[in-house]
Amino acid sequence: MKFIQNIFDATRPAVTTGKLKPLYPLHNALETMMFVPDHNAHSGAHVRDAIDLKRTMVTVIFALVPALIFGIFNGGYQHYKALGLLNDAMGWGQFFTVDNFLFGAWKIVPMIAVTYMAGLGVEIYFAGINKHPVNEGFLVSGLLIPMTMPIDMPLWMVAISTIFAVLIGKEVFGGTGMNLLNPALTARAFAFFAYPSFMSGDKVWINTTTEAGQAVVDGFSGATALGQYATSGTTTFSAWDAFLGLIPGSIGETSTLLIVLGGIYLIATGIGSWKIMAGSTLGAIAMGLIFNAAAPHMLTEAQQNFMSIPFYYHLVFGSWAFATVFMATDPVSAAHTERGKWIYGFLVGFLGIMIRVFNPAYPEGMMLAILFMNVMAPLIDHYVVNANIQKRLKRAKA
Amino acid sequence: MSKTHTIRKGLNLPLVGAPSAQVDEAPLSASFALNPEEFTGLSPKLAVKEGDAIQAGQCIFHDKKDPRIQVTSPVSGTVKAIVRGEKRRLLQVVLAADASTTYHNFGKGMPSTAEEAKDKLLNSGAWTALEMRPYGRIANPDDQPKAIFVNGMATAPFATEASVALAGKEEAFAAGLEVLGLLSPKTVLSLEASESFPALTQAKGVEIHRFAGKHPAGNTSVHIAAVSPLNKGEVVWTLSAQDVALIGTVFLTGEYHCDRVVAAGGSGFTNPRYFRVRGGMNLESFFQAEVKAGSFRYISGSVLTGASIGATGYLGVNAQQISVIPEGQGTDFLGWVLPGFGKYSVSRTFFSFLTPGKKYDLTTKLNGEERAFVVTGQYDQVFPFDIYPNQLLKAVWAKDLEKMEALGIYEVTPEDFALCEVVCTSKQPLQQMVREGLDLLYTEMN
Repeated sequence: MKFIQNIFDATRPAVTTGKLKPLYPLHNALETMMFVPDHNAHSGAHVRDAIDLKRTMVTVIFALVPALIFGIFNGGYQHYKALGLLNDAMGWGQFFTVDNFLFGAWKIVPMIAVTYMAGLGVEIYFAGINKHPVNEGFLVSGLLIPMTMPIDMPLWMVAISTIFAVLIGKEVFGGTGMNLLNPALTARAFAFFAYPSFMSGDKVWINTTTEAGQAVVDGFSGATALGQYATSGTTTFSAWDAFLGLIPGSIGETSTLLIVLGGIYLIATGIGSWKIMAGSTLGAIAMGLIFNAAAPHMLTEAQQNFMSIPFYYHLVFGSWAFATVFMATDPVSAAHTERGKWIYGFLVGFLGIMIRVFNPAYPEGMMLAILFMNVMAPLIDHYVVNANIQKRLKRAKA
Repeated sequence: MSKTHTIRKGLNLPLVGAPSAQVDEAPLSASFALNPEEFTGLSPKLAVKEGDAIQAGQCIFHDKKDPRIQVTSPVSGTVKAIVRGEKRRLLQVVLAADASTTYHNFGKGMPSTAEEAKDKLLNSGAWTALEMRPYGRIANPDDQPKAIFVNGMATAPFATEASVALAGKEEAFAAGLEVLGLLSPKTVLSLEASESFPALTQAKGVEIHRFAGKHPAGNTSVHIAAVSPLNKGEVVWTLSAQDVALIGTVFLTGEYHCDRVVAAGGSGFTNPRYFRVRGGMNLESFFQAEVKAGSFRYISGSVLTGASIGATGYLGVNAQQISVIPEGQGTDFLGWVLPGFGKYSVSRTFFSFLTPGKKYDLTTKLNGEERAFVVTGQYDQVFPFDIYPNQLLKAVWAKDLEKMEALGIYEVTPEDFALCEVVCTSKQPLQQMVREGLDLLYTEMN
């Protein structure tokens, strides 16, 4: 490891005093990533926990990796399936193939690379201006953003959405820790409204590029389960396939199973708030059951059908699981008080399912529900904290 | 009858180097020092010059605003040096000690009125052991406290057990409690649930409350919150059980004896145990005799709240313990990604969570860099108060006095945030923030 340290030592003068001064935050970020610095506690407690923000963020990345790898396979799987090139008799053998992986990786890895470059570029620029080290929050945002995009999203749109999210979603509020909205969802929302034809509809979820001699199979529809529900009130996908993730959708959202595993890891390590996740689950179930009860009173048949699906279907189709585990739990934009987390989580699930069912234009209700609750979270906290303040005042009077 | 309060949140750091209950004599040093910074809230005005001959108990410096509050010498001898820093700020008064101490006599005998008690405590310098809440600074003799809280507990790492420290000082302890009884309508003595030392469990004139749980179950703020929460406008005074004996000694002998029994803990000690020491003494030869070879952090106080004094430093006059732990050294290659089997963390993000009972030889390493507040809910696990720590800290940060008050800053002192500081992902200096908040509030309110 000495030789790596030597490289950093040798290049340090150039970025501290030399011509490359603007690159100091980058140098510092890379160096502290290679080596946790030898800083000692100088004020206050003399011993400290081993955890730091980098460890926190890398833990979330570990939790994301299974869903990401699955998404890469699924990208290829959905593509070859649409072209009728798969042998159904092979079962999982036709899913975990080198071809599927290479196809997915060929689309997805560049998206991840572009996201990190665009986002970290903005972060490093602002770190230079504000003279603080680069905060690690983007390590996670940079992976979340591509995982919420359709596979065919043009790279330049990914880049612009990312830059918008970091700039308007985070830096204008004062940087990491100060943002009101979840940066990754800000990127997705920007893309959703700025480039709707690339972010919604039936054409974007599966890559159907054909080479010579290939053709899309007869009767192919690229719609997602929620897209089908919104138009007809039924879906051709089974809930079991949706749970496993063998359905079209945003890159990281399809496998509920692996997302739940990631969620368990986040709860076990203490990084993700189990209260938010549990609240969102309860909220989604509550809304699903309310819909079941109200279904017979709806006007159109499509609505009646959509509202009468079993409540747990809402947990496996669409982005509920991904949003609950990885988006709603962002500690900065969620409620900060423990009691507030329950309320916040419940409303995320409740509203997400409500938007998804009631508004066919936005089958992705979870994104809007979380962004809305991000805005509401300080209000929830305000009332929770105020109850504590009132209790104190009351005690003083008594 | 005593009542047991169970504190459910907290954390006992699994540190190696716990002291054994054996008590040994630490030879008195030839040089002593008084450091004004130790006395929170006191702005020092010198009462001696270099070369002056002094007796133990004689005033060295006093508070500028209230000259009654005096810091007195623990030894007899001469004033060797007056160390000043920038803008002639007084940093330290170094005293050369006589071989045998001659004590200034304040007159023996128990006081009959509160005024008499206060006068003698102030004149002898023993008053500085009394801390006031709110603000966590030297008690103001003009206040009328609603209660005095005597802390007979030790939950901080390597903390001095009151039963060990008070052995042989039972009479002085009882006398001290009698004196305190004159100063406030109620004296509360807090003890561990399992405490059995008779001088503590059968103490007279006090209301005994027992506490069970992990640190900070032994912090006085926890006791106050459980027994009689502090409201705006109210004042309580606090002190340690051992300092009650110190106060008692002043009235029994008429002299100021700043001798204490302190726990010396931490992996730096070859044989961590208890020592009889005197406040303000130089610890250089003590450390040379007791500490292993290597690079260590020498702390007057606990690893959570103490002051770093260096290998040649002086013990704080009111220090209750001594800790020596390894100084952190070197960078940690990819330390944030690797499994981290040997890394101590309250979170389970390192694989060390697989070995829950393990003890650690923690160094002073920060394990990261200071960052913005990101993670929430982390402090709540180690903060057993009905207070929202993140919100309170942000109010302090924003210097929002009304918010600080409303969120309960009067009920805490910096030490209550020590564990939050230990577990903080963002490595924020929380104790310093709380101290600044309290000081700001004090200046605005007085």
